[in-house]
Amino acid sequence: MTTLDTGPAAAPRPSFFNDPVIRGIVYQLVVAALLIAFIAWIVGNTATNLAAQNKTTGFDFLWKTAGFDISFSLLPWTRASIYWEAFLVGITNTLLVAFIGIVAATILGFTIGIARLSSNFIVSTLATIYVETIRNIPLLLQLFFWYFAVLKAMPAVRDSIVLPLDSFINQRGIFVPKPIPDPQFGFVWIGLALAIIGVIVLRTWAKKRLEATGKRFPVFLSSVAVLVIVPAIVWFISGASVAFDPPVLERFNFKGGLQLPPEFVALLFGLTIYTASFIAETVRGGIQAVSRGQTEAAMSLGLKEGDRLRLVIVPQAMRVIVPPLTSQYLNLTKNSSLGAAIGYPELVNVFSGTALNQTGRAIECIALTMLVYLTFSLLTSAIMNWYNARVSLVER
Amino acid sequence: MSDIGFVRADLVPAKPAPNRTSGAMAWAQKNLFATPVDTILTLLGLLFLTWIVPPLFNFFIGHAVGPNGTVEECRAIDAGACWAYIYSEMEFFIYGFYDIPQQWRPNIVFALGAMLFVPLLIPKAPFKRVNAILFLVVYPVVSYFLLAGGVFGLTEIPTEKWGGLLVTLIISVVGITLSFPLGIILALGRQSNLPVIKTLCIAFIELIRAVPLITILFMASIMLPLFMPQGTTVDKFLRALVGVTLFTSAYMAEVVRGGLQAIPRGQYEAGASLGLGYWQRMYFIILPQALKHVIPGIVNNFISLFKDTSLVYIVGMKDLLEAVKTKNDSALEWQSANTATTGYLFAAMVFWVFCFSMSRYSMYMERRLNTGYKR
Repeated sequence: MTTLDTGPAAAPRPSFFNDPVIRGIVYQLVVAALLIAFIAWIVGNTATNLAAQNKTTGFDFLWKTAGFDISFSLLPWTRASIYWEAFLVGITNTLLVAFIGIVAATILGFTIGIARLSSNFIVSTLATIYVETIRNIPLLLQLFFWYFAVLKAMPAVRDSIVLPLDSFINQRGIFVPKPIPDPQFGFVWIGLALAIIGVIVLRTWAKKRLEATGKRFPVFLSSVAVLVIVPAIVWFISGASVAFDPPVLERFNFKGGLQLPPEFVALLFGLTIYTASFIAETVRGGIQAVSRGQTEAAMSLGLKEGDRLRLVIVPQAMRVIVPPLTSQYLNLTKNSSLGAAIGYPELVNVFSGTALNQTGRAIECIALTMLVYLTFSLLTSAIMNWYNARVSLVER
Repeated sequence: MSDIGFVRADLVPAKPAPNRTSGAMAWAQKNLFATPVDTILTLLGLLFLTWIVPPLFNFFIGHAVGPNGTVEECRAIDAGACWAYIYSEMEFFIYGFYDIPQQWRPNIVFALGAMLFVPLLIPKAPFKRVNAILFLVVYPVVSYFLLAGGVFGLTEIPTEKWGGLLVTLIISVVGITLSFPLGIILALGRQSNLPVIKTLCIAFIELIRAVPLITILFMASIMLPLFMPQGTTVDKFLRALVGVTLFTSAYMAEVVRGGLQAIPRGQYEAGASLGLGYWQRMYFIILPQALKHVIPGIVNNFISLFKDTSLVYIVGMKDLLEAVKTKNDSALEWQSANTATTGYLFAAMVFWVFCFSMSRYSMYMERRLNTGYKR
């Protein structure tokens, strides 16, 4: 008698060489081995090369005196400062230009993106010309243009162009009065903080009331009023005053005031104008992505134009706009490294340029520089993932 | 008697004619003066145009010094752009320090490139496969020997002498061609089931995408010589190419990944059920569909790469922008108030023409590729 195996037939075992699992393991072992061999080869070569050039390695140079000048720094900097401080100066300068650039590019970009959608022919055409021109010219070229052809071509110090409000523009940059708040001014900041807390409370209360009774409260206007009036009253009562230290032309240069070096201004202009053209496209795409049915649905619910935008269109458009917008912010931060080409002392210039040349520690300097950008990037994508999880459509 | 209570005795008065919907006036009414705000915006726009157009016209054309002008004319107080400067330095801007009697060689390379590249862009042109092989395999080899020389009785011209538009074009074309296969491999690796390979590909892609190109070029220029065995010298040109290719391949991988993810799972499964192996499945089924989807993305990558080649000055190459900058700073016989501005404007126009036409092409492909999926 023969027994019939009626159960499900076990899948025939493939031969040893054809088993996908085994093949996968072998492939990965091969790749890992090749990679390790490659790295070992590079490390070996580097060690020999460095030894031949009598160079040492290590991060001990970070605590040595740098001994070079940095033309523009928010942190205190002298020639006696150490390399670690140079690193920090580089990061703050990068962050400074990136932050101001991001704010300005967002405002300009949103304006132009909305203008491109305008039904007004002239407005939309001008916006299109702006976007198509700026987007298709390399950023470095625009920086050179602003720096060498515009700002460096400004008149010499003696013949500075006089701007309103005691400001001057010349070859050495833009000179503006420097605000010097007196000690009393601290109260105004406290007032402003109180006003912000007040606005948050007001908004929460208004929302609760709207949900409970359906009565509306003019939140926006009252918030603006609170934000302006409270600090103004505090200012008036405390008698705080802001003194302005205007730049004054002396024999060879301006004395006093706040000097914005041309490198900074050129980099800021270039980054803002270039990135704004990309942001404008993002914004246009986002608004166009909201289907017309949404506007019509909002109209049929009887929402007014403002509410329609605020409650229906913008929240949906923002979901499309924000991810590419953050990547534009990241691009702007990375592109600020081009400041090195026009001599703005940002991270790459200070650390992968001057510090590297002085110490000869190429690997360490470039690795640290890359690490900073990597951190920015990882932080941004972490925030982005959190945001996406929060706003993504929850379907059933 | 009837029930009719009301009979109209006279004609309904004619309604006023509807607003025109065609013609110049109607167009202006709709696009320029629809609302009071619109009218104000239009007027502001017109004011802006009258403010900006005449000076621009005067600078570029009206008061500009033509190609045959002299430097004295360029130094005049109200002179506009100094096109004579561009005209006289044109050879440097196109070829760099390439020996003048040998410039027919880059010219042949340009002409061959255009002859092979243009049919590749036209979807209807025949012999795509042969054309692609010629352009991607045969052409680079021929061009290299033609440009570098040293064989077939051609004078050797070291890469240090190459410059200008020639370098910009070579770096961007070679960069995109090399980064394409690398990008496909990285994208496939990122989608792979094998954890080691997947991690490696993700790490590479994300690391490269996180840092600016300038740091990668710094690395290529300073660290590449350190990584090589002692005694090997790495040509500057090669350093630039390695940096640019590594950088672009990471971006290319992300574009290709987008195409791979757009292919429905059924396609993978259908391939597997036919008994095809991984590479057969990818080569015959997945990649042909995925790559078709991503042509616009590839063109956009090419545009960014083309603009980014201006950074190769880091490794000491004189690309178009660097050539212009060098002349602006050093051509003392052309020194005038507008020389630098004219130089940069010229470079900007060249870059703009290339990038703008490529972006139009990418939009055209996008429309063409979309038609099949519209229902």
